Amino acid sequence: MNADMPLSAQLINLFASVILLLAFAMLAQRRVLTLINLFALQGLTLCLSTLVVAFTTGQAHLYWSAALTLLLKALLLPWILHQLVRKLNVKSEIEALINIPATMLVGIVLVMVAFNVALPISELSQTITRGTLGIALAVVLLAFLMMITRQKAITQVVGFLSMENGLFLAATSATYGMPMVVELGIALDVLIGAIILGVFFFQIREQFDSLDIRHLEKLKER
Amino acid sequence: MLTLLPIDVLLISACTWLAIGVTGLAAPHNLRFVGKFLFPLGALVGLLAGLTALEFLGASPEVAVLAIGLPNLPFHLRLDNLTAVFVLLLGFTTVGISIFAAGYFRKGEGTAPGLQCLQYHFFLASMLLVLLADDAYAFMVAWEGMALSSFFLVTADHRHAEIRRAGYLYLLIAHVGAIAILLSFGVMTSGSGDYTFDGMRAQAHTPFWASLAYLLALAGFGAKAGLLPLHVWLPEAHPAAPSPVSAMMSGVMLKTAIYGLLRVSFDLAGAPQWWWGVVAMGIGLATAVFGVLYSAVQSDMKRLLAYSSIENIGLLAVGLGLTLIFHSYGMEILAALTLTAVFYHCLAHAVFKSLLFLCTGSVLHATRERSLGKLGGLIHRMPWVAWLALVGVIASAGLPPLSGFVSEWLLLQGFLFSPGLPHPWLNMVVPVAAAVVALVAALAGFAMVKFFGIVFLGQMREPALKDARDAGPWERVGLVWLAGLTLLLGVLPSTVIGLIDAATRQLLGTGLADKVDAHSWWMLAPISPARASYEPLIFLATIVAAALIGRALVRRLYHGRMRRTPAWDCGYIFRGPRAQDTAEGFSQPIRRIFEPMFRMERHFPTSRDAQPYYSVKVGDRFWYWLYLPLVRLVNGVSTLITGLQGGRIAIYLLYSFLTLIVLLLVARP
Repeated sequence: MNADMPLSAQLINLFASVILLLAFAMLAQRRVLTLINLFALQGLTLCLSTLVVAFTTGQAHLYWSAALTLLLKALLLPWILHQLVRKLNVKSEIEALINIPATMLVGIVLVMVAFNVALPISELSQTITRGTLGIALAVVLLAFLMMITRQKAITQVVGFLSMENGLFLAATSATYGMPMVVELGIALDVLIGAIILGVFFFQIREQFDSLDIRHLEKLKER
Repeated sequence: MLTLLPIDVLLISACTWLAIGVTGLAAPHNLRFVGKFLFPLGALVGLLAGLTALEFLGASPEVAVLAIGLPNLPFHLRLDNLTAVFVLLLGFTTVGISIFAAGYFRKGEGTAPGLQCLQYHFFLASMLLVLLADDAYAFMVAWEGMALSSFFLVTADHRHAEIRRAGYLYLLIAHVGAIAILLSFGVMTSGSGDYTFDGMRAQAHTPFWASLAYLLALAGFGAKAGLLPLHVWLPEAHPAAPSPVSAMMSGVMLKTAIYGLLRVSFDLAGAPQWWWGVVAMGIGLATAVFGVLYSAVQSDMKRLLAYSSIENIGLLAVGLGLTLIFHSYGMEILAALTLTAVFYHCLAHAVFKSLLFLCTGSVLHATRERSLGKLGGLIHRMPWVAWLALVGVIASAGLPPLSGFVSEWLLLQGFLFSPGLPHPWLNMVVPVAAAVVALVAALAGFAMVKFFGIVFLGQMREPALKDARDAGPWERVGLVWLAGLTLLLGVLPSTVIGLIDAATRQLLGTGLADKVDAHSWWMLAPISPARASYEPLIFLATIVAAALIGRALVRRLYHGRMRRTPAWDCGYIFRGPRAQDTAEGFSQPIRRIFEPMFRMERHFPTSRDAQPYYSVKVGDRFWYWLYLPLVRLVNGVSTLITGLQGGRIAIYLLYSFLTLIVLLLVARP
């Protein structure tokens, strides 16, 4: 590692890599409850990283973002998801469309793509956190990959929320966060989205007696 | 002291219409309240708007900026003379239609009356805003509001599949047209980002872009007006709609499209090219001939009138084209003549076509029958409707002394001057167009004779018609108002031309009024009395005198010896209503002469049929030439695209995922 890098930058890079690691862990995880816990952990790390950025740069509104992240992504949403899993009696085992090792390999390729794509952009950026942009993009793509390869509706929601984590990280790293209004709006979106999806789960289970999204194939035209 | 400018009054009118509509929602099923209070109130507002426009004509433009709209793009409104002429048309026609509608809506017919009241008044307010709009955004908002509200009005009786189908077709073509209009506005901003009409006027358009804007506007407004080949919605939607709505759409809404076309081609797009006029004239002629021929062979009375509207729109397009030709060659007096004819025909058609549609509404309510083959002899049961319809029919047939004649005569006068055009081809072609216009006018007369004769004259074709009752008092007032306007437009052409002259002057810089005013008010001589003049009052007086003298003579000579007997039956044994000429029989010569124009499915009786019958179905060739191939193409393409829709969420996600990756890779800085 670069020795003359300030401590804060090293911390930020550390947290970013932990987030990436957690994204891979989520991709490899087979149990639903652990997956949710990993997601909560990712939210916590994101909050810590935002705090460090806020402290280093003196951007006051980032403290609010950090608090919001903690409240929403580390506490509230995992709690909602836990409740859902308990109420719906989801089988704890996750069925994947592609086997886990293959998914991991694809994930590595995606990380390479993300770093490659983010490199020219982070060179333009002046922020202390610019190095993490590639990681943020990788987290988004990995979450997307998780949504594609999993069959349970609940893992799709976790993937969706984790994608938002990646976006948030990208925003902090590229421009020290979005304006507060936008951030609040997105936070609300995510919350409402999770709640609506929760309602959908109940409906889907009512209809098909299962949360397997393969049943939804019947819904297409003709 | 608060002074109200005319534009403020018009805005208040629009808001009042909206308020009336919303009030209708408060008691959606209270027919008494909606019919006897709200609709007459709407008519009063219409009168106010019309009078305001009348008062305004000739004044200098007024502008207003509303605080609603997008950020940095508020609604700009402007009242100038072109707008005022069309507001005049809207206001005065609305009076008649709204009063008629007060007595028209019945219980249990389609949408609740309160809801229809909302849609109807929203329709009125959005038409007013279309006319007032002074930026592309406000115009499009009002334009779409107009299309949507009229769509819901058309599908008021949505329980019938064919009405839903007609409404869908209407909405589809309205949207295709709206896209063309939007693109036209986009071209006229020239990428400056200034969407106000003032901004468009300020742009210096190259001939290419100006022509593109004009052609797009012609397509877009043509779709709304019913120009070929985008006319197909018109004969479907008009019969489907309740009669006051048909009247409003045919009388007023089609004119907003003409307004838009005038606005773009004379005001916004820059100096016109001569070939713009040729294009408009060609399409207009084709539309007029098509409309009148199909009108003549219809056997549904509302379809007949709908096709007749297409014909009139065609004539308006011809007038517009001729004006553009004259204008581009700097022959402003002649341009003013034909433009005056266009305005006059707009006014005349708005009034007489609403009148006729409302009459069909009364007939429909009295008999529950739209098919001409089952009507007849109604003049005995419905004298009010019949005589007032006769006024509309004479005007529509272009006979003196009513309004239709004045405008068509002015248009033909314009044609007579076309040999002065400095272009050899035009010199040769335009007189042919004049001949076609004359043919159209004659055939329109034929169609109108058929309409009136089959519905009102002769004997009743069905026994049930004996129970037909005449229109109620509200309906009569509405009809009388429109018939009165038709008569006024017919006998006071010089006065009316003096009114619309301000608009002509605004668009062309010169008007017809000084020429017309040089003579007595009762004589119309557009260019010079030596060439042509027309004295409608003298004409009217002669007709009335001849009728009175004839009646007096008959009374005197045959007094006491008049008796009513059945007509002589040429010695045939069978005699009855069935022996009368039918709608199909009446138009058989037209079908025969113009056979290649129609796509006919006929069934002839043979000597072996147990129950012999004859039937003929006249179809629109454009369906088979243009629309069905297009539908097949769209279906084919969408079947291909359906392949993408596997039904698996993972696959759908994969699509967006791959798109994201590809975009990231392609759009690298």
